[in-house]
Amino acid sequence: MPTKIEKDEITGTETTGHEWDGIKELNTPLPKWWVYIFYATIAWSLVYFVLYPAIPSLSGHTNGTLGYWSRGEMNASLEEGRAQRAPFVNRIRAASLEDIRRTPELLNFAIAGGRVAFAENCAPCHQAGGAGTRGYPSLADDVWLWGGTIADIHQSIAYGVRNANERSRTSQMPRFGADGMLDAAQIQDVAEFVLSLTNRSTDAARVARGATVFAENCVSCHGDRGEGNVEFGAPALNGQVWLYGGDRATIVESITNSRSGNMPAWSERLDDATVKMLAVYVHALGGGR
Amino acid sequence: MAATVNPRPAVAEDAAVSTKAVRAEQPLYVNRIKVYPKAVSGTFRRAKWAVLAVCLALYYVVPWLRWDRGPDAPGQAVLVDMPGRRLYFFWIEIWPQEVYFLTGLLILGAIGLFLVTSLFGRVWCGYACPQTVWTDLFMWVERLIEGDRNARMKLDQQPWSARKLGLKVAKHAAWLAIAAATGGAWVMYFNDAPTLLRELATFSASFTTVAFLGLFTGTTYVLAGWAREQVCTYMCPWPRFQAAMLDEQSIIVTYEAWRGEPRGKHKAGDPWDGRGDCVACNQCVAVCPTGIDIRDGQQLECIGCGLCVDACNSVMAKVGRPANLIAFDTLANQKSAAAGGPRSFTLIRPRTMIYAAVLAVVSLVMLAAFLMRATIEVTVLRDRAPLFVSLSDGGVRNNYTLKILNKTRETPRYVLSVEGIGDLRATAEGAEDLVLATRPDGVATYRVHLTAPRMRLGAESTDVTFVLRDPATGATLRHRSVFFGPRPQPGERR
Repeated sequence: MPTKIEKDEITGTETTGHEWDGIKELNTPLPKWWVYIFYATIAWSLVYFVLYPAIPSLSGHTNGTLGYWSRGEMNASLEEGRAQRAPFVNRIRAASLEDIRRTPELLNFAIAGGRVAFAENCAPCHQAGGAGTRGYPSLADDVWLWGGTIADIHQSIAYGVRNANERSRTSQMPRFGADGMLDAAQIQDVAEFVLSLTNRSTDAARVARGATVFAENCVSCHGDRGEGNVEFGAPALNGQVWLYGGDRATIVESITNSRSGNMPAWSERLDDATVKMLAVYVHALGGGR
Repeated sequence: MAATVNPRPAVAEDAAVSTKAVRAEQPLYVNRIKVYPKAVSGTFRRAKWAVLAVCLALYYVVPWLRWDRGPDAPGQAVLVDMPGRRLYFFWIEIWPQEVYFLTGLLILGAIGLFLVTSLFGRVWCGYACPQTVWTDLFMWVERLIEGDRNARMKLDQQPWSARKLGLKVAKHAAWLAIAAATGGAWVMYFNDAPTLLRELATFSASFTTVAFLGLFTGTTYVLAGWAREQVCTYMCPWPRFQAAMLDEQSIIVTYEAWRGEPRGKHKAGDPWDGRGDCVACNQCVAVCPTGIDIRDGQQLECIGCGLCVDACNSVMAKVGRPANLIAFDTLANQKSAAAGGPRSFTLIRPRTMIYAAVLAVVSLVMLAAFLMRATIEVTVLRDRAPLFVSLSDGGVRNNYTLKILNKTRETPRYVLSVEGIGDLRATAEGAEDLVLATRPDGVATYRVHLTAPRMRLGAESTDVTFVLRDPATGATLRHRSVFFGPRPQPGERR
């Protein structure tokens, strides 16, 4: 209920004329500085409407006279980063892989850049740091299906393995069991022979039979003593490193159904400099020859 | 700045005074009473000018001092190089990870301040604090333009006129010029001074530089021109706890109440019997930069500058009474003198000894740390993914990132070897024959691979030590790390 405006005798402040149950409201206005700042923000909001994207419409929004766009700002900062890296990236592009490895600053730049590209593109299969997992070879050990020199590594990354690229590395192990080329006993024999290459066999007679099967079917790719051949991406069978597993059951499974991993041709997805940096990084993981 | 309320209201002694009345007398907010300090001359004023001149000269001149560090390093004697991550101080060069030297200096500063305060009271506040120095400078400018205390008070009460406007504009322009020079000198400590001056003159300085210049111009102008003693009284924490460092033996600004009271006006020729030496001239209040009356005793607002001592002494000389009615003295001496006893100064007290001892210990620790600071360091980071790599012959490989921090401008070369495991083989990317080059004033990074035969590994984790030896000098650097391998199987032959 509005009542008459009077002066409160205790505080000396005027009332607003509002009263509820005998309780009167004192008129203590907002401080002037506060009010002016409030007006200023209202004025600024009008300016903002004009300068920046503000009003939504059915098909988009107003663009504002400044043409500001937060995505554009991000693009600009990405471009700035690219420009900062450009001198090094251009040198990487122009230099040979061996020259990169011989120049400390290029080597460190390539390892740093390669690490980032590896984490984005390669780590899902080959694991962080190239640790590898079943079916996806470790890139940090001393075993290379297709060769461990930096040129070999670069080619493997650029053109991939068993894909549609015409320079892709390719080979195919026969499905000895599934296609009926060897019978079950022969497969067991040759598996025993393979185990003997790492001194794990228990049946000398089987090894002898298996050796014959191996000599007839396997040596052309895996070598006389199972040392493997990087020309065909044929893994060594005489070491401690097994891509799919080195126990008897897995070896039998590999002989029966064959194995063939794939890898994309990264030159189709990444630029030359990035592929080069990846090669240098992978080579420096520890296994490079 | 309307001043109608007494900021130090007397405590209501009359118990009958209602709560309402006390509330009205003691508002939570008190308007500032503007202080118009009067010019004064004397010993302490001269000392204050001298300290001011030295402090300001140091502040403005230091960035311009040159120091030759060779072609690839800044030639500025004192420089905080933010982009280059270095702090240069003449022959000293501090890297970011050595910022604890700065922390040590701050600790030394704090303890030094404690010691000086317990000995001589708030001389820091009264003489050397930047707030005091710049406020004093601003007051001097104000006095040159607007005149002394009475002229300034009169000017402020006058209605606006062309003359008043001219004086005020001149004063604020001069203040802003000094403030800009202050901000301008500040940014010089973070940039090459001559280059920056050229950039500022051609309006091509970076935004950061201009922003900090503006910030320091603004703070100088506001704090020294407008806020002044309010900074000391309300903003600064130091006056709030400096009382903890003072005791009866600390030398502070005191008023000899036993000799001065009862005070009263005195005409030449009147007798001095039955009255105090204080002639109630109020000069001690008029010259006070914080606007207090020292005759009320020790107060939070007193910055210990001693200008009231100078003011009172000149009056005492005129009326022919002994000097030092207001003096730098100790509370113990005042008590003793009031009883007719002797004065004595005790500088060596438990309090000052403890502060001095702590100061000495911290100084020695800092000095030792600085003298023994390594100029070349090696750090080794183990790769964690993969934790280790199994090789085709059953061997185990671990990978490491080795960094050589070289804080000198020389380029020693080191030969790497690793101890701890038999038949350990080390290779480093980009360093044939394990000869590691260093970068002058920088960090050289190498990827190092260690390969060990499985039979040599006794446990999952084996300690190894990286040893870098400089064949030219025989100096060695060492860094410990570990070598991981597979968990040994039960019954496995080693």
